[in-house]
Amino acid sequence: MSANTVPTGTGPAGPVSTGVVPTAKPIKTTGLHIGDAEPGCEKIDPILVVDNVRRTFGGLTAVDVDHVEVPRGAITALIGPNGAGKTTLFNLLTGFDKPDSGRWTFDGRSLAGVPAYKVARMGQIRTFQLTKALGLLTVMDNMLLGATGQTGENMFRALMPFLWRNQEEENRAKALDLLTRFKLDTKKDDYAASLSGGQRKLLEMARALMSDPTLVMLDEPMAGVNPALTQSLLDHILNLKSQGMTVLFVEHDMHMVRHIADWVIVMAEGKVVAEGDPHEVMKNPAVIDAYLGQHHDEDIGEDLSAETENVSAIKELLNDER
Amino acid sequence: MDWGAIFSNAAVELISPTTAAYALAALGLAVHFGYTGLLNFGQAGFMALGAYGYAISILTFGFPVWGAFLVGVGASVLFALILGIPTLRLRADYLAIVTIAAAEIVRLLFTTNTFASVTGSANGLSGYKNEFAALNPLADGTYGFGPFTNNAYDTWLRIVAWSIVILAALLVWQIMRSPWGRVIKGIREDEDAVRALGKNVYAYKMQSLIFGGVLGTIAGMIFALPRAVVPSNYQTTLTFFIYAILLLGGAATVLGPIIGSMIFWVLLSFFSGFVARAVEAGWLPFMSSIQAGQLRFILVGVAIMLIVIFRPQGIFGNKKELAFVR
Repeated sequence: MSANTVPTGTGPAGPVSTGVVPTAKPIKTTGLHIGDAEPGCEKIDPILVVDNVRRTFGGLTAVDVDHVEVPRGAITALIGPNGAGKTTLFNLLTGFDKPDSGRWTFDGRSLAGVPAYKVARMGQIRTFQLTKALGLLTVMDNMLLGATGQTGENMFRALMPFLWRNQEEENRAKALDLLTRFKLDTKKDDYAASLSGGQRKLLEMARALMSDPTLVMLDEPMAGVNPALTQSLLDHILNLKSQGMTVLFVEHDMHMVRHIADWVIVMAEGKVVAEGDPHEVMKNPAVIDAYLGQHHDEDIGEDLSAETENVSAIKELLNDER
Repeated sequence: MDWGAIFSNAAVELISPTTAAYALAALGLAVHFGYTGLLNFGQAGFMALGAYGYAISILTFGFPVWGAFLVGVGASVLFALILGIPTLRLRADYLAIVTIAAAEIVRLLFTTNTFASVTGSANGLSGYKNEFAALNPLADGTYGFGPFTNNAYDTWLRIVAWSIVILAALLVWQIMRSPWGRVIKGIREDEDAVRALGKNVYAYKMQSLIFGGVLGTIAGMIFALPRAVVPSNYQTTLTFFIYAILLLGGAATVLGPIIGSMIFWVLLSFFSGFVARAVEAGWLPFMSSIQAGQLRFILVGVAIMLIVIFRPQGIFGNKKELAFVR
């Protein structure tokens, strides 16, 4: 878990130093839920429904989610303090890890026990917290790897180029189009290992889009990305929504969450503790407790400098809201 | 000192069937290690299966050459499946442990007296060459020139061996530039990333293990044709020689294993001839001729070390596309 992207403003009323400066106000999708915005509340049109998913590592319960629904066609943020189980839940939902128990469905189809590659083929594509660019492949090869249903990926048909040459050309054109959008087209023949950290994040996102996914799951897309690239990444994520994709992302950067997310799910100690509109959810006592601890407003004589980054981040946000 | 004989003996190795066999086995290893990142330390086991599969099919069951060939290939596919099913889901180093052990098991099974009537135990098998020789379209006589002069059988064997090597090289070259090869190289880089893109990584690794293993098996058959099948030929050192050849030529290349094998065998033969004659001529008074026989391996080792130190990507390797130094 890296916390280095959590904004640490200069003070409660001071300017935001590393926060995101929105170029245009994104259009928020509202009216996603039925009833009160409480943990596990029903959505109008859920794309991902999770029931009783539990994962323990020895004595530690990393994830214990009773019920949660991810709304379709919206940007949902999964937030929570370090160790809340966000990445573990991601791994469970994408088939990279197996839960001790539980059921979850994607687009109405059950995903329990489905291996990761099949989950990806169903249109639920993920990226990783630690970027996984394939270093010794060119940027273009990285992109082409993302395309699905390739004839030439069968061992025997691979030996007959006439069977897959046309498809390859189509994929290449599509990849080039995506690379141009992500401003990586000039790098297409370089090894992915030669890209900067932020460019690798862009490449990973572009590669995921090669398969035309319906649900894009981004694990800390902003971790280790410099502020200049952050804006462009944000725009790309907003673009995904405007193209009809659903986005679920894990993030520590609260400003970014508030800026682009339509819905926020807060996890703490493996459980979903709050859900709601990004502006409302930050005021939820359960969220404040999760980040600050239950006794945050009692003076117990502690040195203020001992506050964690999470604490200062959320306090800053609460002040911003006023 | 008869330099002419030394060089001519070394030149013989350039196109010998043994060189071809090592080249083919190294090509199989390039598929495993260089392209897929599978640490197969049991290539000797695949070769043994080829040699024994071929020899036993002909001697015990009286199969024709193509039947014996298919038996060898079938045995190697089965071997790859047995190795791969439990280990390919695990981390790469487990495959290394399992393959090195499995290759030893194969060799010891062929050595044990229990099956002596079929395998010939430690003495091995011979007398399976007639079927192959019968296919020879060349008339009796000698062919070639200079150090490359051979009788009809040896010429026929060289033609077949190198044709197979060239065919296999073309096959590997074509398949590695296809989308299949792209997935394979992606798996070498990061298999989780490839999995997240919807590829069945396990199936691809299995296909690669079988493909490279079958190349090793065919290499084992070529290796067996100029000599007898003896279990002690298929020790772990054989695998390490093949790794040396692969690293010498370049791990993720097609030409590397072939040229690497030529260099390895020419050097080995050159040092062997040179040291033997140097001892005879009294240049190395501290050494007996038996010790001299081992010195060639030391010198080859030094030569390979020098190449790996000063050209770690191998002769044909692209310095950037290198699986083992990062």
